[in-house]
Amino acid sequence: MTGMLEIKNLHASVDGNEILKGIDLTIQPGEVHAIMGPNGSGKSTLARVLAGQEAYEVTAGQVTFEGKDLLEMDPEDRAREGVFMAFQYPVEIPGVGNTYFLKAALNAVRKHRGLQEMDAIEFLKMVRGKMKLVQMDEGLLNRPVNEGFSGGEKKRNEIFHMAVLEPRLCILDETDSGLDIDALRIVADGVNALRAKDRSFLVITHYQRLLNYIVPDYVHVLVDGRFVRSGGKELALELEEKGYSWLEGMAPEHPAAQPVGA
Amino acid sequence: MPVTTSESAITGVEGYVAEFERFQQTLNEPAGLTALRRRAIARFAELGFPTLRQEEWRLTNVAPVAQGAFHWPENDPDAVAPGLLAPHTFDAAARLVFVDGRFSPRHSFVGELPPGTVVASLAEVLAREPERLEPWLARFAKFDRHPFVALNTAFLRDGAFVHVPRGAVTGPIHLLFLSSGEEGRPTLSFPRNLFVAGEGSQTAIVETYAGEGAYFTAPVTELVAGPSAVIDHYKVQRESLGAFHLATFQVQGERAAVPSSHSISIGGALVRNDVNAVLDGEGIDCILNGLYFGDGRQVVDNHMRVEHAKPHCASHELYKGVLDGKSRAVFNGLIHVHKGAQKTDAKQSNRNLLLSRDAIANSNPQLEIFADDVKCTHGSTVGQLDEDAVFYLRSRGIGAEAARSLLTYAFASDIVERIKIEPVRRDLEEFLFTRLPMGEVVRQAV
Ligand SMILES: Nc1ncnc2c1ncn2[C@@H]1O[C@H](COP(=O)(O)OP(=O)(O)OP(=O)(O)O)[C@@H](O)[C@H]1O
Ligand SMILES: [Mg+2]
Repeated sequence: MTGMLEIKNLHASVDGNEILKGIDLTIQPGEVHAIMGPNGSGKSTLARVLAGQEAYEVTAGQVTFEGKDLLEMDPEDRAREGVFMAFQYPVEIPGVGNTYFLKAALNAVRKHRGLQEMDAIEFLKMVRGKMKLVQMDEGLLNRPVNEGFSGGEKKRNEIFHMAVLEPRLCILDETDSGLDIDALRIVADGVNALRAKDRSFLVITHYQRLLNYIVPDYVHVLVDGRFVRSGGKELALELEEKGYSWLEGMAPEHPAAQPVGA
Repeated sequence: MPVTTSESAITGVEGYVAEFERFQQTLNEPAGLTALRRRAIARFAELGFPTLRQEEWRLTNVAPVAQGAFHWPENDPDAVAPGLLAPHTFDAAARLVFVDGRFSPRHSFVGELPPGTVVASLAEVLAREPERLEPWLARFAKFDRHPFVALNTAFLRDGAFVHVPRGAVTGPIHLLFLSSGEEGRPTLSFPRNLFVAGEGSQTAIVETYAGEGAYFTAPVTELVAGPSAVIDHYKVQRESLGAFHLATFQVQGERAAVPSSHSISIGGALVRNDVNAVLDGEGIDCILNGLYFGDGRQVVDNHMRVEHAKPHCASHELYKGVLDGKSRAVFNGLIHVHKGAQKTDAKQSNRNLLLSRDAIANSNPQLEIFADDVKCTHGSTVGQLDEDAVFYLRSRGIGAEAARSLLTYAFASDIVERIKIEPVRRDLEEFLFTRLPMGEVVRQAV
């Protein structure tokens, strides 16, 4: 059985430096995978390569999403196909209103999926519902995308975008960082509400705390561009206790093919 | 050598000087005005056309104008095709139309205006009651250092005269300048406008420049903002891509006046806007905004000069440019604070967005400050679209072209939003939706 997302031997570099050094990962529909690992190990790089950021060069390996070659697609086509990345550092876009932008994005996605464009009234009704999901302040809707948003508001806005666009693969890059304790719970509840049989999550985090709320099926540890350990949710607890040092320098368990989560 | 092309073509400095001799014989006007013209043409003869060796012109080559041969228009202004007008008109309190610099009564109207308000052809006022213009005409726009102001002053004939009396409040007054140059017979015009806003009056004036074909136009507008007058000035420059447009806008502010200027520059092959504001009374609040677009080989040069002559005045300048193709923009912003102009608050910002590798923007702020208790700030940027922002938009499903257009629109939008006359603002938005690739997505997303 092939997964929703299949990553095989993925190598990627930026400005000539190899950051990802052979990643293998399979995610089945409905699964939640967590990636942990020290700063600079390549977690965001993996997320950005999946989302299609052009600064990263894939030097080897394949990625398929629902059977299609993901690496061949432009970032917008990946989004339209159903890949969504919540940014670790959401970008401020002065002059572009949050709601209008989201409407244009949603309609681009819907068009791609052969659905009719949503009219303004329908859209606003839907948006109100999604805002409740992450308890987002209505004021943030009418402001330019992320401009002047607090760190936590930006993260919430990312999950709000995700809720509106209804992707199939949700990549959350440190969505928990910058959130206060209450906001963390709210955002996690929002994410959990979006969990579905045909929707998968790749959750990048440094903290076990998030994984108490969004309970993963698998946890992977990325060190220096390679997964050095994979396991169930208990692995996160173990990391919380011991840190990463006991894993560093450790060779990948099964270097070549590691059909995690299969 | 016999001239074979066209007998009436005017070219080169001598050409203009010779033409002046012929021209001034046709005039029937107060001796003072003729004397003024004589001084102006004499000054032009001394200055000649600017060259790249002159500081004020070192980045803008006017050789196509200096070497070009131009003709006075011969067509009937009233005969202009209504189709040429229609795209530029809107619901205004009054509209005067000028074709190749000459008034077209047929296409103009003056609606109901407060008593004492004058909206008229300058030529008509000059013919009937020139003394009305005497206190102001040509008193502010100096020609001693500017050859195009000198030419305009020597040859001035028609344009708009707007006088809003003390305390009067008017709706928007629209002045539409159309030019039409034929192939091989480019035309010439020197529109001259004078706007006087009386004490405490409130008005808005829109100057639109548009046309077809090849031509050279050098308009000069003088605006006198009387004490506490609130006057919003808009200039929409949508000349043809074969046009040379070299304009001067001169603002004279009196005590507590609130003059604002919004300059939108879209068309033209070679465009130069000299905007000079003299804040000559206390408590003036002057706003100078601009937005310019360049593509192909267009050249657009905005030369700003703000003079703080009296204390407690504020001037805020924000000029933004979007440059594509091999276009080139110059922004020169001089703020001059006179001795004694304490508590001056002068802000200047110029931001340029380059959409192509070959587009160039030069930005040159200049501060000359002779008072010690002032606040003067300036900033200029020349940059490209933020690739992180492009990626962010694309990662949400917006196409690459649409993402770039959306960010370009956003860049321009804070100037667009400052346009208070709705049809003028909407026209500009419409222009952007049409001009930007995938503009339909932008239309939906803003
Ligand atoms: N343009 C670049 N040139 C060189 N190195 C780069 C460049 N961009 C990223 N890197 C490096 O790639 C490595 C991986 O970065 P990445 O952002 O993927 O780490 P991360 O695991 O997400 O870290 P964190 O937990 O701090 O978010 C880092 O060492 C980073 O410095
Ligand atoms: Mg990271």
